[in-house]
Amino acid sequence: MQELSLNILDVAQNSVRAGATLIEISTLESTADHRLTVTIADNGCGMTEQQVQQVTDPFFTSRTTRKVGLGVPLFKMMSELTGGSFQITSQVGQGTTVQAVFCTDSIDCLPLGNMTDTIFSLVTMNCTIDFVYRDRLDEREFVFDTREIREILGEVPFNTPEIATFLREYLQENSIRIHDN
Amino acid sequence: MKTLEELKALKAKALQNMGIRDDQAATTRIVVGMATCGIAAGARPVLTAFTEEVAKRQLQDVAVSQTGCIGICQYEPVVEVFRTGEEKVTYVKMTADKVARIVAEHIVNGNVVTEYTIGACTK
Repeated sequence: MQELSLNILDVAQNSVRAGATLIEISTLESTADHRLTVTIADNGCGMTEQQVQQVTDPFFTSRTTRKVGLGVPLFKMMSELTGGSFQITSQVGQGTTVQAVFCTDSIDCLPLGNMTDTIFSLVTMNCTIDFVYRDRLDEREFVFDTREIREILGEVPFNTPEIATFLREYLQENSIRIHDN
Repeated sequence: MKTLEELKALKAKALQNMGIRDDQAATTRIVVGMATCGIAAGARPVLTAFTEEVAKRQLQDVAVSQTGCIGICQYEPVVEVFRTGEEKVTYVKMTADKVARIVAEHIVNGNVVTEYTIGACTK
């Protein structure tokens, strides 16, 4: 993965597969503290204590198509390489929260990258799931909540071409970060 | 700067078009592999490029969607195109640059871009 936003997209797919109806993603960064905290929280099916232990093992996966599952282990590795930390909390029937802290002054810290397209992909590909994205960089904050958008749109799905185009531009223009598209 | 106010106007326009568009009735499905392997290989820009291109051309009967690992990770990013009554076409080692041509030649005009398919790809 070349940027953290790709890890976030990948890990959020687990929440989609867990049958979540609400996925909350936040990227909170403090320049002074050199810390970036990434949280992906869902209200999906959750995991047992044993599964939580196993999920950071690259040779564990719940799917049956093949024997490896690299998404969570890669994300954990990326945070720990910077001297940060990683934790998963989960409860069956309640949901799962994945949190990774990155030390942004580490030479091994990847850039956050294009979060706009990560959120855009998630929202347009999973029209029935609600997403809340909270991005904070020091005192600046941007919050994107699909529940507000759903209220305006009613029955019109997010992947309707004209709506999708609008959402991508909206996310790009309101982003508090500079990234290449 | 775009605001959510503008969405209200767009909604009316989208509703008009929706009568002639139905995901279930889509005659073409473009499916992008978005598992760890696909994402790491660059599937996200490919997916957004397809979404943009389909919107730009206002293709009403085309659905863009994602799937998990297709099982040929060494060929990622992989895109599968399903058209009613035709055999599935698998495009491999995709990039955003290849998208416009696939949409123009295959999706719109029905001619498979053979050189981007798995059959043309050297191992």
